[in-house]
Amino acid sequence: MDMNTLVLILAATVAAAIPLIFAALGELVVEKSGVLNLGVEGMMVVGAVFAFMTAAETGQLWLAVIVGALAGAGMALMFGFITLSLMANQVATGLALTIFGIGLSAFIGQGYTSVALDGLKEISIPVLSSLPIVGKLLFSYNILVYLAVVAFVGIWWFLYKSRAGLILRAVGESPSSAHALGYRVIRVRYLAVLFGGAMAGVGGAYLSIAYTPLWAEGMTAGRGWIALALVVFATWRPGRVLIGALLFGGVTIAQFHVQGLGVEIPSQFLSMLPYLATIIVLVLISRDAGVIRLNAPASLGQPWHNELH
Amino acid sequence: MTKYSLALRFKTLMSSLLLASSMAVAGSASADEPLKIGFAHVSPIGDAGWTYQHDLGRKAIEEKFGDKIQVKYIESVPEGAEAERVIRDLASSGNKLIFGTSFGFMNPMVKVAKAFPETYFEHATGYKTEANLGNYNARFYEGRYLSGIIAGSMTKSNTLGYVAAFPIPEVVMGINAYIRGAQSVNPKAEVKVVWVNAWFDPGREREATVALIDQGADIITHHTDSTAVVSAAEEKGKYSIGYNSDMSKYGPKYQLTAVTHHWEQFYIDQVQQVLDKTWKPTSIWGGVKEGMIGLSPLNPAVPKEVADKVEQAKADMIAGKLHPFAGPVVDQDGKERVAAGSNISDEDLSKMDYYVKGIQGKLPK
Repeated sequence: MDMNTLVLILAATVAAAIPLIFAALGELVVEKSGVLNLGVEGMMVVGAVFAFMTAAETGQLWLAVIVGALAGAGMALMFGFITLSLMANQVATGLALTIFGIGLSAFIGQGYTSVALDGLKEISIPVLSSLPIVGKLLFSYNILVYLAVVAFVGIWWFLYKSRAGLILRAVGESPSSAHALGYRVIRVRYLAVLFGGAMAGVGGAYLSIAYTPLWAEGMTAGRGWIALALVVFATWRPGRVLIGALLFGGVTIAQFHVQGLGVEIPSQFLSMLPYLATIIVLVLISRDAGVIRLNAPASLGQPWHNELH
Repeated sequence: MTKYSLALRFKTLMSSLLLASSMAVAGSASADEPLKIGFAHVSPIGDAGWTYQHDLGRKAIEEKFGDKIQVKYIESVPEGAEAERVIRDLASSGNKLIFGTSFGFMNPMVKVAKAFPETYFEHATGYKTEANLGNYNARFYEGRYLSGIIAGSMTKSNTLGYVAAFPIPEVVMGINAYIRGAQSVNPKAEVKVVWVNAWFDPGREREATVALIDQGADIITHHTDSTAVVSAAEEKGKYSIGYNSDMSKYGPKYQLTAVTHHWEQFYIDQVQQVLDKTWKPTSIWGGVKEGMIGLSPLNPAVPKEVADKVEQAKADMIAGKLHPFAGPVVDQDGKERVAAGSNISDEDLSKMDYYVKGIQGKLPK
C-alpha cells in the first residue's frame, strides 16, 4: 500500500468518525451527570431530517446545523421532562425516544426523500490545503469536522478543568451530596441532557447535509447505538471516545479498501470487523476495573428527585 | 424491525378505518363496481428507486382504466409476519387483484392466496405460483450488460467500481453481465466489487464508493437502494451508472445513464386480463425486449459511437441475437460454465454463484 492510499484512507476515516464523535461526546456529558439516555439514535435522525429540510428550503447550511442541533435538543427536552421531572424509567424512555424519533423523522421527511442538495463542501485554505499529505490529512475537511475537534477540546476542558464540570461530575456521582451542598441537581441534569441532544442533532446534521447530502428514512443506520456503546467501552473518558470513534471509522473504511484490493476474506466477516476491533481495543485499554469504577458515574440511570431525600 | 414500525402502525390503523368504512358501504355494491386493486410495497415510494418504479405502474393503470378500477397502496410493509397481515387486510377489504413488490412477501402471499381463492395475487421477484398467484420479475442483467458497454468504452483506468449489497444470485448475475458488456468492447476492463452487506445505508454506500475511487476505479455503479453512490461519485468528479431509477438529479454532470425498471405495461396487461376474466397465473421474466428493463437517457458525455453500439446491442437483444451469457462463459478460475454455442438456462442463471472472468477478488460465499 503506498503512502497516497494510506493518506486517503486516513482522511476518509476522519470523515466517517465525525457523526460518532459528536453523538458519543454528547452522550458522555449526559452520562457523566448520571443520566442514561438511550435515545441517541432517535435524536440523531431527527436532527438529520430537520437539518436537511432547513438546508433544502433555505440553502443556509449553517442555519441547517443550528436547526439540527435544536431539533436534537428538542427531543432531549422531551426525554428530560419524562425522566427528570416525571421520574420515569430512563432506559424505557430512551428506547421509546429512539423509536419515536425514527417514526417522526420518516413522517415529517416524507416530502424530502430524494431531494437533491448541494451539501457542505470541504474547505480549501490557500497553500495549506494543497500541501502534500499534510494538506489532505489536516486541511481538507468540511467545517463540521473542525467543529468536532473544538467540541472535543471544549468538553475535555469543561469536564476536568472547569468548576462547572466538577459540579456536573459531582451530580453524576452522588446527586444527594451535590444537592446537600446546594447544587441544583435537576437543573444540571436538564442542561446536560439538552447538550447531549444538541450534539446528537449535529451528528445527524453532518450525515444529512455533509457526509451524504440526502434525506432517507432511517439514514443514521444504527450510528446512534454505536455512539452509545463507545461511551461505555471508553469508560466515560473523552480521549478514549475519540480513539474508539476513529478506530471504528478506520476499520470500516479499511475493510472496503481490503475488499477493493481483492484480499480473500469473506466480506461478511469484514463488515463485522469494525465492531469487533473497536470493542476489543477499548476493552483492552480500559481493562483496569478500578479505573472503570473511578470513571463510571455512580448514579448512572437512577432516578433522583430532591423531594425524595 | 423498528425501522418502519411506527409508520406501519399508523398505516395499519388507517387501513382498519378504511376497512370499516368499506364494510359500511358494502350494501350498495353493484355489478359494475370498479375492480379494486391493492399494492404492498416494502419501502416508501419517494422520488426514485425500486418502489418508485412500481408506483409509476400504478399511475399508468389509473390513467388507462380510470373509473373501472380503484387502486390503493401501502408503503413500508416489513417483510415477514407483518406482511401477511397487511396483505390479508388488503384481500379482506375487497381488493380483487393484489401486487406484492418485494421478494420477502412470497410466503405470506402464498398463505393469503390460499385463504382467498377468489382474489388474484401477483408477486414480484419470487418463484412460487398457485392457482391464483403469479409472479413477475425483470431481467435486470440485460440492462447491466448494456450499461457495461458504456463503462467499458469510457473507462480510462480500465477499473470499474461496483458497490453491491449482498452476494445473492440476483446481484451476482448483474455484476457478471456488467463485466461481460464492458469486455465486449474493451477486453482489458476489470471490475472491483465492494460489498456493503446492506441494501440501504447511505453512509456505507458512500464510503464504499470513495474507497473504490481511491483505488483507481473511474466509473462506479451500484446494486444498493439509495442514491448515495451516484451523489458521492458526482462529488468526487467520477462517472457513475445509476440503478432502479434515473438518478441524474443526484449526478447531473457525471451520471452516464441508469439501468431502469419499467413495470407499466406489465401492470396494464394484468389489469386488462382480470377485467376480461382471462387472467391466469404466470411466471413472467421480462427484459429489454418486453420493455421491462431500459437505460435512462445517456449523458451527453457518452460519445456517439458508444451510444450507437449500445443501440445495436439493444436491437440484437430484442431480436434474440444477443444474450449477455451466451457461451462460452468462463468463470474467473478458468472453468467453462456455459459451452460455446449455447445460452445459459434461466435455471442456471437464477442460481448463479460464481464470478466470470474480469472480476477482481473472490465472491464471498
